[in-house]
Amino acid sequence: MFLLKLVYKNAFRHRLRTLLTLAGLAIAVLAFGLLRTVVDAWYAGAAAASGTRLITRNAISLATFLPLHYESRIRGVEGVTRVVRSNWFGGIYQEPKNFFPQFAVSDNYFELYPEFILPAAELSAWVRDRKGCIVGRGLAEQYGFKVGDVLPIRGTIYPGTWEFVVRGIFDGADSTKITRQMVFHWDYLNETLRKTAPRRADAVGLFIVGIDNIDNAAAVATGIDALFTNSLAETLTETEQAFQLGFVAMSDQIVAAIRIVSYVVILIILAVMANTMAMSARERTSEYATLKALGYGPLFLAVLIVGESLLICALGGAIGIAATVPTALAFKKMVNIFPVFMVSAQTLWAQAACAATVALAAAVVPATRAARVRIVEGLRAIG
Amino acid sequence: MSAPLVEIRHLAKSYVRGGQIVPVLADITLDINAGDFTALMGPSGSGKTTLLNLIAGIDKPDSGVLRVGGVDIAALGEAELADWRAANVGFVFQFYNLMPVLTAYENVELPLMLTGLSRTERRQRVELVLAAVGLADRMDHYPNELSGGQQQRVAIARAVVADPRIIVADEPTGDLDRHAAAEVLGMLRRLNEDLGKTIIMVTHDANAARAAKAMVHLEKGELLPA
Amino acid sequence: MAVPLSYVARNLWTRRLTTALTAGGLALVVFVFATVLMLDAGLKQTLVSTGEYDNVVAIRKGSETEIQSGVTRLQAAVIETHPAVALGADGKPLVSKELIVLISLRKIGAEKPSNVIIRGTSATGFTLRPQVKLAAGRLFAPGSAEIIVGGAIARGFEGTRIGEKLRFAGRDWVVVGTFDAGASGFDSEIWGDVETLMQAFRRTAFSSVVFRLAASERFVGLRADVDADPRLTNEVKREQLFYSDQSRALSTFITVLGLTLTTVFSIGAMLGAMITMYAAVANRVTEIGTLRALGFRRAAVLGAFLAEALLLGLVGGLAGLACASLMQFASFSTTNFQTFADLAFRFTLTPAIVAKTIAFALAMGLIGGFLPAVRAARLEIVDALRAS
Repeated sequence: MFLLKLVYKNAFRHRLRTLLTLAGLAIAVLAFGLLRTVVDAWYAGAAAASGTRLITRNAISLATFLPLHYESRIRGVEGVTRVVRSNWFGGIYQEPKNFFPQFAVSDNYFELYPEFILPAAELSAWVRDRKGCIVGRGLAEQYGFKVGDVLPIRGTIYPGTWEFVVRGIFDGADSTKITRQMVFHWDYLNETLRKTAPRRADAVGLFIVGIDNIDNAAAVATGIDALFTNSLAETLTETEQAFQLGFVAMSDQIVAAIRIVSYVVILIILAVMANTMAMSARERTSEYATLKALGYGPLFLAVLIVGESLLICALGGAIGIAATVPTALAFKKMVNIFPVFMVSAQTLWAQAACAATVALAAAVVPATRAARVRIVEGLRAIG
Repeated sequence: MSAPLVEIRHLAKSYVRGGQIVPVLADITLDINAGDFTALMGPSGSGKTTLLNLIAGIDKPDSGVLRVGGVDIAALGEAELADWRAANVGFVFQFYNLMPVLTAYENVELPLMLTGLSRTERRQRVELVLAAVGLADRMDHYPNELSGGQQQRVAIARAVVADPRIIVADEPTGDLDRHAAAEVLGMLRRLNEDLGKTIIMVTHDANAARAAKAMVHLEKGELLPA
Repeated sequence: MAVPLSYVARNLWTRRLTTALTAGGLALVVFVFATVLMLDAGLKQTLVSTGEYDNVVAIRKGSETEIQSGVTRLQAAVIETHPAVALGADGKPLVSKELIVLISLRKIGAEKPSNVIIRGTSATGFTLRPQVKLAAGRLFAPGSAEIIVGGAIARGFEGTRIGEKLRFAGRDWVVVGTFDAGASGFDSEIWGDVETLMQAFRRTAFSSVVFRLAASERFVGLRADVDADPRLTNEVKREQLFYSDQSRALSTFITVLGLTLTTVFSIGAMLGAMITMYAAVANRVTEIGTLRALGFRRAAVLGAFLAEALLLGLVGGLAGLACASLMQFASFSTTNFQTFADLAFRFTLTPAIVAKTIAFALAMGLIGGFLPAVRAARLEIVDALRAS
């Protein structure tokens, strides 16, 4: 169609200008996508949470422990299927920047996490070895851990150098599951504490509680907390997702700042795009006047300009979107802190929406001006 | 008799266009004396503007001799040529070529910024020449606030303010109506007759050529015999 | 001879819309850049200014934060008697045995609670930290369930005004005063009596022992003695260094994230500047030819367009900096990854940041405008004049 051809030729009339604008758009769309992915990564824990798991912890704060004997009482609450102990170990592997989560957990941990796939042979090997540990696939790939490797960890909360033997590697059922973590026996931690620091033994960081039915979550949670009100260690029980969201909330100002910045990048590119369109339109004022003199209407001119803006934004946006996944992969390798760093489909759609919005917003003023140009004045203009 | 102001011997110039060499001037030999007012005439494509550009030092010949005021300008380096132009050449263009963001005063002052004159000295000269072209009351106007004829008069003022040896004018009346054209030509005449300025003017307008004292014809890059 | 500055500046003014859009893009990038630097400066100021140079903190060996640490009563007693410990006016050692616990408290307007540090301390703890001053009310009485809250807590958290009660560890604690610890980390803490808190949380060991050095140079000898003593599984650190180490992860994170973003954004803004300057050159080809004909050198033309680009950068830079300086009225609080507790800090504008920001803005203008300026300078006079 004539209109499409004209749009295309106009867009590439100033090749250098169009290429520069495309580059700017691509970078902005890429940056927007990466920032959204960073925010998503923050919520990864909540996204991987299950509705059939509750977390019971000390009501004072996460840094305070619960007595071991709570476990049997929690198991007795109606709706509870199983209870797992979990202590955050927080040790250092070689150096502090090699951060990954380590948990001391009870032996039935994997029964409560069916989304972690572990070969039966490896599971039983772990159960048999009190110093054994299981690492996730992500961790194994990052550091090259293999079954049989000895893992020395320097404790910070529990001092000393602890050695664990890798007895198995688990995979996540899908890519949203967190496989950059390591678990070992809670009993081993407790035995050691009984010998070296008996006052700190028999203390559980939190209980992971499996329930039979998602809909019972609130009732079971209330039931558990009721057991321990007015005791020396009151509990707070919430769904795993609420628990994970609590972590996000702790850094909520940082997350909010990142969100704001992602919109700032859109504003920057809008400024660049609006400038390009305004300049191009101004330079072609006499041409638009000529088209009008020939009989083309204002709508034609407006569509011409909007079309050009859409074409450039579509191309630039497409390049940016295409570059997002590889860049995210590279970023993940460089920066170690996020357990999951994946570009979601929603992010890609959001990027496309941004490109389209910028295209329209940038074209509005030049398109209206061109549609309104008076033929006689326009023909006189030198741009 | 003293040497001519402009000595041209066997001057040749070609351009490269689209991979092909296009000859524009072939074997031009010409003298212009101080105080002359010469019109370069010829149809479009005859090379008259190219010849003017070479004499003005904004282009370099391929071969031949080109001496202005005794200086072999073809041998000058680019920077030296720039300095030479600033001291020796005044320009008048068809479309005035004033800086749209500078006032009439500032436009006329522009060539003086290349000299070592102080601000007061520059002011004196600028006001003098603007008065001479009859635009003393429009000093602070911008070009878009002046008519075509007024803009060209500012351009003439700019061309003479640094007291150059030669004034080159490329179709100075090409964009003016009859009345303004007559004014401009009259001004050039007076510059030549009263102040002894050497003027070389390119034009295809026979009427404009009549203001000059001598005419030189070019056709297809060659001088036609007088 | 250079092209007059009025030519440069007025050309930007003539194309006001384009100048505004380009400078606006640059300003946004500059805003992000300056804000990140200000945030990091605020964080550093908080942590560097926390504590005194001649105070020493004793913690368990290997623990990075007071939360992870434990010092038994026996160990505290041994440390207290070391000759390097300064004596107060009353002849007693200037030592404060302290307990650090985290509690959950809700920020004003937040849905979910954050972790806040409760520090069990004593009157000596106050004396050891002259930067902490009582702002309203009074100090907690020893042995009582009274607490005082830092300024950031009083401003940012619910239920922390004088007279209000907080409930934790099975009992109510009355707020009897607020203290001002300046920009330091202590401002984000709640202080109470150490013995009462130990009882309430059923603790038998302290978290840390803080004391003043009798003389600053005695630190090295003290550290050697502590390391060598078989009874002590502790290590000692200078208080200021101890606290600044605790922020390293957060500080690095903020700086790395912020500067990565700014670099990426700056590319976008520079492309914008490049587009604008290329258009400026293209629109003024005849003017360039005329200037060269009049006798201005190529270098003068290059200089004129570079100056225009630099001016564009400067305008954007000043606008962005002005907006960023408004952030000084905002405060920022987040959980410090290492201590797991909420920490409040401000955006601090220093002269160094102003200088870096302006330099960054000018650099963006310069880089964006360089290639177009080169193109302008490389024009041949006859081609430029013919273009009209």
